Amino acid sequence: MTDAVSQSSPSRLAHSGAAMQGKLAEKMAIRNLDFFYGDNRALKAVTVPLYTNQVTAFIGPSGCGKSTLLRVLNRMYSLYPQQRAAGEVLLDGKNILDPDQDVNALRARVGMVFQKPTPFPMSIYENIAFGIRLYEKLGKAEMDERVEKALRGAAIWGEVKDKLNASGLSLSGGQQQRLCIARTVAIQPEVILFDEPCSALDPISTAKVEELIDELRSEYTIAIVTHNMQQAVRVSQFTAFMYLGELVEYGETDKIFTAPAERRTQDYITGRFG
Amino acid sequence: MVNHTIRAFDADLESLDRHISEMGGIAEKMLADAMDALASMNTELAQRVIATDPRLDLMQREIEEYCVRTIARRQPMAVDLREIVGVIRISADLERIGDLAKNIAKRAARIANEARLPRAIVGLKSMRDLAAVQLNDVLDAFAQRDPERARAVWERDVELDALEDSVFRDLLTFMMEDPRNITFCTHLLFVSKNLERVGDHTTNIAETVVYIVTGDPLPIDRPRGSDSPTL
Repeated sequence: MTDAVSQSSPSRLAHSGAAMQGKLAEKMAIRNLDFFYGDNRALKAVTVPLYTNQVTAFIGPSGCGKSTLLRVLNRMYSLYPQQRAAGEVLLDGKNILDPDQDVNALRARVGMVFQKPTPFPMSIYENIAFGIRLYEKLGKAEMDERVEKALRGAAIWGEVKDKLNASGLSLSGGQQQRLCIARTVAIQPEVILFDEPCSALDPISTAKVEELIDELRSEYTIAIVTHNMQQAVRVSQFTAFMYLGELVEYGETDKIFTAPAERRTQDYITGRFG
Repeated sequence: MVNHTIRAFDADLESLDRHISEMGGIAEKMLADAMDALASMNTELAQRVIATDPRLDLMQREIEEYCVRTIARRQPMAVDLREIVGVIRISADLERIGDLAKNIAKRAARIANEARLPRAIVGLKSMRDLAAVQLNDVLDAFAQRDPERARAVWERDVELDALEDSVFRDLLTFMMEDPRNITFCTHLLFVSKNLERVGDHTTNIAETVVYIVTGDPLPIDRPRGSDSPTL
């Protein structure tokens, strides 16, 4: 009896890194990625996967390169002539850094939610419909359906369904952020990037967004940059710790926050960084 | 280790450390006194051990509360989290060791007037010596965060189990020799079981120390030296 328990329980509970990662598909694969702001090398040979239907959290002190990394994943940096990336970022096996990559098509597949809520100065309805129209021509009924679906998907439908014509700017900060998530979800991306999505929100709005991220995981592959370590623990399955443009440690979130392998990771997450 | 950016957190952790070593010191003393009381029929000493136990209980409760407050205030991660969880576990083991010492002291007070058989206590003294060394070592291993030393304690518990086994056989022999020994020897059987349990709690602490330092638990099955069933 005792033997049976002692033999079976570790195997049930342990999700050893190799075993768990072996079963997951790589939605995106960042390989040997360098990034330059002019002459300044902001990312140094970063290699890290984003697994399908998993949340990967990027943590590290300010200036470590985590937001830069996120901006590479949908080629946001291409808007700026002085910035360039070298290496590979594979999306379903295709390198999105290739010059022939259609950047607009890429951004439809890889959506992004920013630190500060950025609703457009238009109605709640139009905030959602605007993005959809960029990519698709839909009739009124179809569009209504898509807007509702997106708002429901972002867990804000109940709060706005009676005032879809009100300005997006009339909503509270937490609602605005969920509106922006709805706008991202509306164009049916495959990957969603969150850049500190809760840093301007109160604890209750934060909890709602975190719960939402966990729900979105079943349909999307998610990367999130956060300064809040507890948030990384709560929402992610994998965590990458970055420091001075390098990936210091990557692994299962449970492991990183209870027993990290690297001294620098430990110092950072326990608040010992000088 | 480098200090926390928040200094008060270091002070919290140091304070927990001090409390554990204080508890450890009290538990060691209780165990030694209880066995002395048994060997020398010193009822007064036995009573002192019994009177000390509530203090250890109180300390354990205080440590637990302190840990809960620290978790709420600091949201510890990684080694800090393991440390605090470890301290909760170690304080519980030390409290149990205190209880076992108290049990031995109670028994010492009860058998002080029984017909005695000095040679029956010899084996128990060996058990006590080993249990005391083990406890001392594991407390040092905790203080120095030394997983090797903790592991050595963990592996050596097998010797205490073996000693218990041989004490069991000895006492059985004495009882068969002369039925008048039965009452006295039965009490001693319980004492030997108590000492063996002290060893088990000591190995628990060793496991916790390894976990705190390395983040990896020791195997669930540890070496065992005794086949005698748990009383």
